[in-house]
Amino acid sequence: MMILVVAESEGGALKRHSAELIGKAASLVAPGGEVAAFVAGASGDALTRELGRAGADTVFAANASGNDARSGQALAQPLCAAVARFAPDCVLGSSTPFGADLLVRASMRLGVGMASDCTGISVEGEKVLFERPVYGGAAIAAVRLLSSPAFASVRPNSFSIPPAFDKLPAVSVVETVDAQGVRIERVEESEPGMVDLAEADRIVAAGRGIRNAENFGMIRDLARALGATVGASRAAVDEGWISHDHQVGQSGRAVSPALYIACGISGSIQHMSGMRSSKVVVAINSDPEAPIFSRVDYGIAGDMFEVVPALEEFIREMRRK
Amino acid sequence: MKIGVLLKEVADTESLIEIAPDGKSIIADRIQWVINPYDEIALEEALRLRESLCGPTATASPEACRAVEVVIVTAGLVHAQETMRRALAMGADRGLRIDVEGLLPDPFFTATLLAAACRREGFDIVFAGKISTDAGWGQVHIGVAEMLSLPHVSPVEKFECDPAFKEAVCTRAAGAGVKEMIRVRLPALIGCEKSLNQPRYVSLPGILKAKSKPIAETNASELGVEVKSAMSIERLAPPPERRRGRMIAGRPRDAARELVRLLREEAKVI
Ligand SMILES: Cc1cc2nc3c(=O)[nH]c(=O)nc-3n(C[C@H](O)[C@H](O)[C@H](O)COP(=O)(O)OP(=O)(O)OC[C@H]3O[C@@H](n4cnc5c(N)ncnc54)[C@H](O)[C@@H]3O)c2cc1C
Repeated sequence: MMILVVAESEGGALKRHSAELIGKAASLVAPGGEVAAFVAGASGDALTRELGRAGADTVFAANASGNDARSGQALAQPLCAAVARFAPDCVLGSSTPFGADLLVRASMRLGVGMASDCTGISVEGEKVLFERPVYGGAAIAAVRLLSSPAFASVRPNSFSIPPAFDKLPAVSVVETVDAQGVRIERVEESEPGMVDLAEADRIVAAGRGIRNAENFGMIRDLARALGATVGASRAAVDEGWISHDHQVGQSGRAVSPALYIACGISGSIQHMSGMRSSKVVVAINSDPEAPIFSRVDYGIAGDMFEVVPALEEFIREMRRK
Repeated sequence: MKIGVLLKEVADTESLIEIAPDGKSIIADRIQWVINPYDEIALEEALRLRESLCGPTATASPEACRAVEVVIVTAGLVHAQETMRRALAMGADRGLRIDVEGLLPDPFFTATLLAAACRREGFDIVFAGKISTDAGWGQVHIGVAEMLSLPHVSPVEKFECDPAFKEAVCTRAAGAGVKEMIRVRLPALIGCEKSLNQPRYVSLPGILKAKSKPIAETNASELGVEVKSAMSIERLAPPPERRRGRMIAGRPRDAARELVRLLREEAKVI
């Protein structure tokens, strides 16, 4: 089997979710198969080595510069060219805004099906099955694509990264064309250093129970102590206490961290649908009857204003040891 | 000026989702159907654009204003008419329903149908939700843009159009607190994010007016679209149950200390 993975990088470093996908692809094609990575922009030697360690045998580098390297539309043509040259069985990418633009554009251009926002990939006999949550996570669908290559985008944190491979991929350049009609003019970092929720390994989230914007300071402190990203319920976002970038849930982001700590969040269907695939879930809520407690690994029925600072203190203490 | 809105009806998220005996679909009997929440935002943005062109403070001539319309396009079953009525009550001028009775809800195929209808309408701009809250493909609107050779921006959280209607400037979150400011030539397709606007409520006069607004019907063969499916749903299963976990008792500080211990020694996540 041959798999082509759309790899994303930032500042010349491979994104964790891309390393995850390449590693998964390597396990799916073995033995005898091949994994290629598609990258945008000049792929420096360092990135090529990283792609090899992640499990790529070949690299297709799209010759895009500046903001064109961020544009899924500009890259659809070179991705199609890479598909023509590599003839993969599967094309995988991450379910990021960039990944969606690029994979949907390219799959539609090739007239083939795509499974989006998958959380699992498995091989059953000759069939590749893609698992994806539907109805806000109320069901999991197993999807088979009837056309080839099978395109799929995958939710970050769906797979673990295997031990490093000892490969040095050969690089092959594919040409780019203009993104006809769209131009990314400016890229702004509204919250420098924020780790994307979808990629975060740990999340501390707060809901209406936090009462105001200032109190989010307490959540940020705990997040810092844990090396976590800050999340929020829609209630907290709607109140204007924190930006929509932080919203977890059906109309926010779908997340799958190793640890999710929900503080002052009741556990509505729409919130839970976004964090269902978290591995370990903790809830802190003053109401012992809060629905969230029925779906957590650990719960503390108590006032978050007392529990959260204490948590921070003990985590810092643990880190010092 | 023709403004198109791609509108889908979805199961309300509060509805009980039960898997049918075939293990591939859901039982639709007790589902409450609503406008896909993101499509409602798309419609709101379309209505605001119409108002900016032809509202009380706008400068367009009366003739020009008569030509401005907001058209909703749905690929759906007969009962989708009800949700389309609600969209008309919000202020859309007319609807077009592409009947999909007996056809599989395949995003590639749905995009093909919608693109064919949009091509026939010749929209100057198309708004759509960035994703649907049921199947959640997030593919259909981008696919429509691709099939119509239109540029697209999605998910858009800020939208501004120049008065000459030649281009728009959109802001989208590209992840991790990063925003991209994107200039897009019109006609284009805009995929709408939740934070873009707050959809208006349906008013009683709106509901009354909607009764006389037309919903045209068409289907795949009329649109000249060949029915083919790019995928099959092999099975649908409930998600793995989250077991009820452990409540940690004690005073807040003691509970916090115990939680840190458990996360480290038992769950091994910190
Ligand atoms: C179409 C649609 C989409 C939606 N999308 C989303 C979404 O993406 N994300 C989302 O989150 N919601 C979403 N919602 C909203 C959702 O239904 C809930 O309204 C929302 O999640 C509630 O947020 P909350 O839990 O913070 O607030 P509440 O339900 O008000 O809960 C607050 C909780 O805080 C607790 N609390 C109060 N004080 C303290 C304290 N001192 N210490 C500890 N606990 C305390 C209370 O006991 C309570 O359980 C959506 C709704 C709809 C209809």
